Amino acid sequence: MIMTIIFYGLAVIGLVFSFVKSREKTKMALMKALKAFENILPQFLGIVLLIGVILSILSPQQISQLIGENSGWVGVVIATVIGSITLIPGFLAFPLAAALLENGAGYMQIGAFVSSLMMVGIVTMPVEVLYFGKKATLLRNGMGLVFSILVAMVIGGIMS
Amino acid sequence: MKNKSIELMKRYRFFAIMIVVTLAILVVKPDMGVRVYSLAFNSVFEMLGVLPPIFILIGLLDVWVKKETMVKYMGKDSGIIGVLLGFFLGSAAAGPLYGAFPVAGVFLNKGSRLANVFIIVGAWASMKIPLLLFEVAAMGWQFTLIRLVMDIFGVLVIAYSMEKILNDDDERQIYELARKMSQ
Repeated sequence: MIMTIIFYGLAVIGLVFSFVKSREKTKMALMKALKAFENILPQFLGIVLLIGVILSILSPQQISQLIGENSGWVGVVIATVIGSITLIPGFLAFPLAAALLENGAGYMQIGAFVSSLMMVGIVTMPVEVLYFGKKATLLRNGMGLVFSILVAMVIGGIMS
Repeated sequence: MKNKSIELMKRYRFFAIMIVVTLAILVVKPDMGVRVYSLAFNSVFEMLGVLPPIFILIGLLDVWVKKETMVKYMGKDSGIIGVLLGFFLGSAAAGPLYGAFPVAGVFLNKGSRLANVFIIVGAWASMKIPLLLFEVAAMGWQFTLIRLVMDIFGVLVIAYSMEKILNDDDERQIYELARKMSQ
């Protein structure tokens, strides 16, 4: 909520400054903003529905069943896969992760879940490909995946 | 005209498929279908929370920041300044990762170095400042600190490896895509 206010505030301040300096350029900036948004709109709409489908299949209770403390490496793999395909906003993800820990999930598994949630985005690949192409998109997500497992190992090693 | 509608169809193909799939779910399992749509609407509201101002800021940046300025601060020879700016911009951002790609596009289009753009994307993905506060509150400082320190190195390693692995052709293609997308 605070971020929304800050970002809308920044955009309004930017627009006011821009408008004072040049009406023409401000109009151009808004046109560009609209065009840039329209460029990714179709993918967004598809992704939003896909997120709905995935999250309605995977509930927090089901996730915590899968990645319990004794789930070991299988749990880490499952946590990584779930983290990679779901797209949960951060301010929901951390309370969820904390709740999962309380419900018996292990630190290593939660580390894998949180890290892959952030670094890997299978669902958003259609948008990423538009800007970076297939190769770079696969590379970035692949490296993010490996890195997430590394983070999980360190967190698991230190914290449990 | 015909080309245009084919283009439109191609662009909306994924969305059309998802509409069909979700409508099918709604018919077969109404309970789940309703949940799918309410989750989807939540995502849309979340998008509306941050994306419009991000796109307006992208538009303003596109119009007001000269290419030479971008090249100077984020380009090939920007050195440590480009790296620090990348981390700052990424971690000061808000909203889901898909908001980072259009930002990456306009930075590339203005002559930003590939690695610096990947630093923005990496920092945006994993070390947003507002989110760190949530993380400390929910997960404790130890968890947060381990992840943050590892992420700083991870983001750098991934950004530079990507620049190394991608050849000149890939790089040209990426800049070309960025140009296309910010037109």
